Amino acid sequence: MNTSILKSAIISFAFATYCSAAMAAGSASDEIAKYREMISDGNPAEFDEMRGEELWKKAGGPNKVSLEKCDLGKGAGVVKGVYAELPRYFADTNRVQDLESRLVTCMTTLQGTPEKDITTKPFSTDDSKSEIEALVAYVVGQSKGVKMNVSISHPKEKEAYEIGKKIFVYRAGPYDFACDTCHGRDNIRIRMQDLPNFNNAKDAQSAYTTWPAYRVSQGLFRSYQWRLNDCLRQQRFPEPKYVSDATIALTMFMARSANGADYDGPGLKR
Amino acid sequence: MKIRASVKDGVTEVKVLMQHEMETGLRKDKDGKLVPAWHITEIKAQHNGKTVLEGQFGTAVSKNPYLVFHFKGGAPGEKVSVNWVDTTGDTRVDEAEIK
Repeated sequence: MNTSILKSAIISFAFATYCSAAMAAGSASDEIAKYREMISDGNPAEFDEMRGEELWKKAGGPNKVSLEKCDLGKGAGVVKGVYAELPRYFADTNRVQDLESRLVTCMTTLQGTPEKDITTKPFSTDDSKSEIEALVAYVVGQSKGVKMNVSISHPKEKEAYEIGKKIFVYRAGPYDFACDTCHGRDNIRIRMQDLPNFNNAKDAQSAYTTWPAYRVSQGLFRSYQWRLNDCLRQQRFPEPKYVSDATIALTMFMARSANGADYDGPGLKR
Repeated sequence: MKIRASVKDGVTEVKVLMQHEMETGLRKDKDGKLVPAWHITEIKAQHNGKTVLEGQFGTAVSKNPYLVFHFKGGAPGEKVSVNWVDTTGDTRVDEAEIK
C-alpha cells in the first residue's frame, strides 16, 4: 500500500471512529439488542442445563442418592415451574429460601454432603466447574415461560421482602453506594450497559427473568447468588456469605418485583 | 454439539452450538505460564453425504462457538451432520434431522 492511500485510510478510519462515537450513546443499546437477537438460539447455557440434569438424577454424596426427592416448593421431585415461585417459605427449615439455598438443603439432608463442601466454592471458575451452578441451570430452565408468581403471604416471606427492600437502598462502603444508586432510576448505565431500574416494573421483570444466565465474556454460566455477589463487589461491599439470609431477602425483593412476567431464563448476557 | 435444522422455501437453515474451550494459546494462567492453544481448526457440514459447508476456525472464534448457515435443498426427515477437528487432532461428529 503506498503512503497516500494509507493516509486516506487512516483519515477515513479516524472519521468513522468519530462518527460512531457520536452515535454510540443512542445506538449502542439497539446494537446490543441486535446481538442478543442473533445469538438467542445458541445459548451455551444448554450445556449447563444438560450437565445439571445429569447431576440431579445421579446418585451422589455420602448417602449415594439422587436429588429426585428434593422438594423445591411444589412437592418432592417437582422441578417444572418451581423457579417462578422462589424464594418462598419452607416449613421444614423454618426459613425463606431461594433456589440455591434450597439446593444446599437437599444436598446436605438427602445426599449427606457437608454444607461447607458446597458453600466454600459455589461458583464456577475457569479451572473448576461448579455443580450447584449446573443444577441451577437445569432447574431454572424448567420454568421457562412460566409466569413469575412470588408470594409474600407468609409472615416470614413478607419480612424477607421488607428486609430486601431496605438492603436495596442501604448506602454503605467506600463509595457510599446502594443498589438503588444505579438501579433506582431510569436511563442509568455503566459504560454501554443499560441498567434496569427496579422501581419500574417493566425493567425489574426483564432483568429478573433473564437471570441466571450464561456470560459470553466469561464463558461461564452464572447463578443468581453470583449476580448479587458481583453487584456487591462492584459497590466495594464485603463479600456476602453464600445463601445468607441477607442475599435471600434481596432476591425476594427483586423476584417479587418481577411478578406477572413470564420467566425467560437461562439468559444470555454479553 | 447441538444442531437444529429446518427447511423453508427450499432453503435449509442450520444452527449449530458447539461445546469447546477454544483456547487461543496467548492467555497466561495464574503462574504466568502460557495456556497451550486448544481450539477447533476445521469444520465440515454434510447433507446426504454431500459437503455443504467447509471452514477453518482460528483463535478469534469464541468459546462454545455458535454457527448459523443456510444451504439450498434439504427436506424434512433428511439428515445434516457437522464435524469438527481441533488442534489436538480430536474430532467430533453430530447429526440432526431436518424439520
